[in-house]
Amino acid sequence: MTSSELLPIALLMSSLLPGLVIFALPEGWVALRTTLNLFGAVAKLALVALLLLGVAAGQEYGVRFAVLPGLDLAFKADALGLLFISLSAVLWLFTTLYAIGYLEGAPHRSRFFGFFSLCVTATVGIAMAANLFTFFIFYELLTLATFPLVVHRGTEKAMRGGTIYLAYTLVGGAALLTGIVWLHHLLGHTEFAHGGIAAALGAEYAGQLTLIFVLLIAGVGVKAALVPLHGWLPQAMVAPAPVSALLHAVAVVKAGAFGIVRIVYEVFGIEFAQSLELLAPLAMLAAVTIIWGSFRALFQDDLKKRLAYSTISQVSYIVLGVALFGPLGTVGGLVHLVHQGIMKITLFFCAGNYAETLGIHKVSEMNGAGRRMPLTTLAFSIGALGMMGAPLTAGAISKAWLSDGATAAGMDWAIWVLWTSSFLNAAYFLPILWRAWFRPAPNAWPEEQILRRGWRETAWLLLLPPLATAIMTIAAGTLAETPGSPLEWAKLIADQEYLTWSP
Amino acid sequence: MIGLILLPLVWASLAFVLGPGRGKWLAIAGLSAQTWFAFDLAQQISAGKAAIGHQVGGWGAPLGIDLAADGLSSAMLLLTQCVALPLAIYASAYYKRDDAAGAYFWPLMGFLIAGLNALFVSADFFNIYVTLELVGLAAVGLVAAGGGAQQIAAALRYLFATLVGSGLYLLGVALLYGAYGTVSIESVSLLVTAEAPRMVWIAFGLMVLGLMLKTALFPFHYWLPPAHGGSPAPVSALLSALVVKASFYLMLRLWIGPFAPLVAAAPWLAWGPAALGTLAIFWGSWQAIRTPRLKMLIAYSTVAQLGYLFLIFPLLNGPGAIQAGVMQAFAHGLAKAAMFVAAGVFIKATGQDTVAGLAGAVNRLPITLFAFGLAGVTLMGLPPSAGFLAKWQLIEAALNQGHWWLVLVVLSGGLLAAVYVFRVLRQAFLLAPVDTPVLPFTPVPRTLEWTAFALALTSVLLGLRGVELMRLIQAVGAVA
Amino acid sequence: MTSALLFACVGAILFALGLAGVALIGHLLRRIFAFNVMGSGTFLILVGLAQRHGSADPVPQAMVLTGIVVAVAATALALALTRRLHALTGKLELPADEP
Repeated sequence: MTSSELLPIALLMSSLLPGLVIFALPEGWVALRTTLNLFGAVAKLALVALLLLGVAAGQEYGVRFAVLPGLDLAFKADALGLLFISLSAVLWLFTTLYAIGYLEGAPHRSRFFGFFSLCVTATVGIAMAANLFTFFIFYELLTLATFPLVVHRGTEKAMRGGTIYLAYTLVGGAALLTGIVWLHHLLGHTEFAHGGIAAALGAEYAGQLTLIFVLLIAGVGVKAALVPLHGWLPQAMVAPAPVSALLHAVAVVKAGAFGIVRIVYEVFGIEFAQSLELLAPLAMLAAVTIIWGSFRALFQDDLKKRLAYSTISQVSYIVLGVALFGPLGTVGGLVHLVHQGIMKITLFFCAGNYAETLGIHKVSEMNGAGRRMPLTTLAFSIGALGMMGAPLTAGAISKAWLSDGATAAGMDWAIWVLWTSSFLNAAYFLPILWRAWFRPAPNAWPEEQILRRGWRETAWLLLLPPLATAIMTIAAGTLAETPGSPLEWAKLIADQEYLTWSP
Repeated sequence: MIGLILLPLVWASLAFVLGPGRGKWLAIAGLSAQTWFAFDLAQQISAGKAAIGHQVGGWGAPLGIDLAADGLSSAMLLLTQCVALPLAIYASAYYKRDDAAGAYFWPLMGFLIAGLNALFVSADFFNIYVTLELVGLAAVGLVAAGGGAQQIAAALRYLFATLVGSGLYLLGVALLYGAYGTVSIESVSLLVTAEAPRMVWIAFGLMVLGLMLKTALFPFHYWLPPAHGGSPAPVSALLSALVVKASFYLMLRLWIGPFAPLVAAAPWLAWGPAALGTLAIFWGSWQAIRTPRLKMLIAYSTVAQLGYLFLIFPLLNGPGAIQAGVMQAFAHGLAKAAMFVAAGVFIKATGQDTVAGLAGAVNRLPITLFAFGLAGVTLMGLPPSAGFLAKWQLIEAALNQGHWWLVLVVLSGGLLAAVYVFRVLRQAFLLAPVDTPVLPFTPVPRTLEWTAFALALTSVLLGLRGVELMRLIQAVGAVA
Repeated sequence: MTSALLFACVGAILFALGLAGVALIGHLLRRIFAFNVMGSGTFLILVGLAQRHGSADPVPQAMVLTGIVVAVAATALALALTRRLHALTGKLELPADEP
C-alpha cells in the first residue's frame, strides 16, 4: 500500500480507532479518555496538513476497495474534499476541547465520545468519498452515529427530538438511495468528476435525470435543512451544546450542503445542470429557505432555537451560491461553507457557555450578560456581526461574492434576498447584543453554576474554543486575499468545475 | 463434503449418549471442523471447479444417493456453519447445568445441522424430502424442549405446519416420479419442457406450496411467531436464521433448475411469491411495531424479512437477482441470529420479555445493545452492512427490469424496519423513570454478550466486502 | 381403469381428506390421524406407480418404506407432545392464538 493510499485510510482511522477504544473505557478513566480524544484530533489535523501540502505539490491521493463486483468503496483527496476535511478537522479539535469542558462530571462520557468520534469519522468519509456509493455509506453512517448523541440525555424530550430526527433523515436517505441506484443503473458507475458525469447520457434521458436530481437533492436536502425538509433541526436542539455545535457547524448540516455541492458540480456538472434548467428552481428553494429561516428566528426566545433557525437560513446561502451559475456564485457558496461553519460554531459555543455558567437558555434572560461574561459575549458579538455580513468579518466576504455571483448569473432578485436576510439577521441578533451589553443584569442568574474568578468568567476549556473561532472569523474576513485562505481555495475549486466557461 | 453431514451426526449421537445437558464441547469442536470444511469447499468451488459431486457409499443414482455442491449450495453451507458455531458457543454459556430446556439441546442441534447440510447438497428430490423431515422434526424438538404449555402448543402448531409442508412436497415428488420415472434433479431438469404434462405442473405447484408453508411466507406464517418468539433464545436464533432459509433455498433451486422451463412458459407465476412477499413485509413489520414483547417483535421481523427473499422471483430472468437473494439470506441469517442472541441476554438480565423492560439497558448492557443496533442496521438495510448490499442489489435488479413498485416495496420495508428497530433502541436509551423501583438485574456471562456482538459485526463487515461471496455463487450449475 | 390409476385416485382422495383434516380439525389426536391418512394417500400413489410397468419398480417402494419410517417418527413426536400438552393443560386441543 503506497503512501498515497495510506493517507486517506489513516485519516479515517485517526478518529475511528480512538473512538472504538473510548467505547470500551470505564467511565472513571478520564485522563486516558481525554488523551485519546485530543490525540485523535491533533493527529487528524497533522494528517490533514500533510494532505494539504501533498495536494498543493500536485500529488494525488486515493484508495479503492471492491465491495461488490462493479461497486467500489473509493476515497480521494481533492480540493473540494480537502476544503471540507480541513474545516472538520480544525473545528473538531475545538469542539473536542469544548465538549471535555462542557461535560465535566456528566454521566456516560465514554459513550458520548465514542459516538462523537464515529461522527467525525463519518464526516471525513463523506468528504473523501470519490463516488456516490461511498458518499451514501458514510452519509447514513453519520445519521446512525449522531442519533445516540441527540438522545444522550435520555429524557422524553430527547427521545422525541431523536425520533423526529430519524424520521426525516431516514426518509431522506431512502430518496437519496433511490436516486443513486437509478443513476448507477443508467451510467454503470457514480464516480465524482470535475464537470460531472451525467452529461455522458443522451438527451432522451433528460426526464429521468431531472427526477434523479430531485431525488438526490431531496435526500441530501434533509440534512442541509432545505425548506420544507428542515423540521428536524430545531427539534434536535435538545442535544447538549457540543452536539449542537458539531451538528450545526461541522458535521450534519455541512454534510448535507457538501452533498449538494458534490451532486451539482461533480455528478451533474454545473453546465449540464444549467442546460437541464435545474439550477433556477434550486436557487428559488434556497431563497425561500433563507428568508423563512431568518423570519422564524425572529420569534424564538430560546437561544439555541433561534440559532437553529439562523442555521437553516445560513446554510442555504451555500445552496444559493451553488445554484447561481457562474464561478463567482460558486466561490461565494464554497467560501460560505467554511465561513458559516466558523461563525456558527462560535455562536453555539457561546450559547453553551451561557447555559452552563449562568443557566441562561432564553434571549430574554440575557440582560447584562456582557458585563458578567465579557469574553464570551465578545466572541458572540463577532459571530453575530459575521452573520449579518458586517465588514472585516468572514460573513462580509461570503456576502460580497454571492451578490456578485447573483448579478453575473442574471438573478438580481437573489441580491434582494441576501439583503433582506442580512436585515433580518440584524433584527434577531442585535437585540441580543443590546441586551447583553447595555441592559443591567438581574439580581440573580437563573442558575449560576460556575463562579467568576478574576478575568476567568467560566472554565477555560469553555472559553478558549469560542475565542479561537471568533479570531478565525476576523482572520478569514481580513486576510481573505492571502494564499491558503478559504477564499483562495474556493477560487481554485471553482476553476476546476467550469469546463467550458469563459469570462 | 460428506464430512459436513457425517460429522454432526456423529457428535449429535455422542452427545445424546453422554446424557442430558452434556455434549457442548463436542458440538463446538465438531462445528469448528465443519466450518473449516465449509470454507474449504467454498474455496474449491470459487477456484474453478463449478460443482463437486459425491456418491454416497459408491452407489450412484438411481438407487444410491448422489450429493452435489455448486456455488449456491456452498454459500448456504457456509452460512449454516458460520451461524451455528457462534450459536453453539452462545448456547454453551446460556444453558446452565441442570436446565431442563438444555437437556437435549446438543443432540437436537446436531441433527438439525446435519439435516441442513444434507439438504443443501442433495441431488435428488426424495433425499431432499428426507432431509426436510429431519430438519423439521429436529426443529420441533428444539422448540418444545423443556417448555410449558405455550411452548408445547407452539411446537405442535409448528409440527403440523411442517408435516403438511413436507407432505405436499412428497406428493409432488411422487407425481414427478410418475411423470418421468426418476427423482434425480439433474435428469428431471433435462426432461422438463414447456409442454410438460399437467401432472408436472401440479407437482410443481404442490412442491412450491409446501415449501412456502415451511418458509412461513404470508399467509402461511401463522406458526412462526409463537414458535420463534416462544422458544429459548438459542433455539429462536437457529430457527429464524437457518431453518427457514433451507426451504427458501429449495424453492429457489426448483425455480431456476428443473422447473425453469415451466416458469419461462408462464412468467406471471413469479408474481405470486412476490406479491405474498410484499404482504409479508408489510404485515410482519406492522405486527413487529405493535407487539409489546421483545422476542415476538424479532419473530415478526423474521416474517417481514423473509418477504424480501421472495421479491427476487420475478427478477430471476435478469442479472443480479440470485446475488441479491443470497446476500439477503446471509444478511438476515447473521443479523437475526445476533438479534435473538441479544434478546436472550436482555431477557436473562432483566427477567422479562418486554420492550418496555429495556429502559436503561444502554448503561447496563452496552455491548449487547450495540450488537442489537448493528443487527438492526443490517435489517434496515442501512450502510455499512450486508443488508444494505442486498438492498442495493435488489433495487438494481428491479430497476434493470423496470419493476418500479418493487423498489418502493424494498424502500418502505427498510423504513418500517427502522420503526421497530428504533422502538427498541429508543427504549434502551431512555432513562428509567426515577420513581419506579429498580428492577433486579442479573449479571450475564460475557460470552453471551460477545457472541451477539460477533454475529452482528460479521453482518456489518460482510457489507464491506461482498466480492468473494458473489464470486462463489457465480458457479451455479450442474454437477460435473 | 388401470390399477395404477385406481391407486392414484384413491391416494389423491385420501391425501385431500387428510390435509383437510389436519387443517380443519381441532382435536389433536384426530389431527394426527389425519396426518397419517395424508401420508398413506401419498404412499398409495407411490405404490401404484411401482407396479405400473408390470415388473415391480424398487425405487418407489424404497421411497414408501422411507416415508413410513419418517411418518412413524413424526407421529411419535406428535403424540409425545400431545401427551405432554394434555398433562399440562388437561386439554387435547391447541389453545387459541395468543394476542
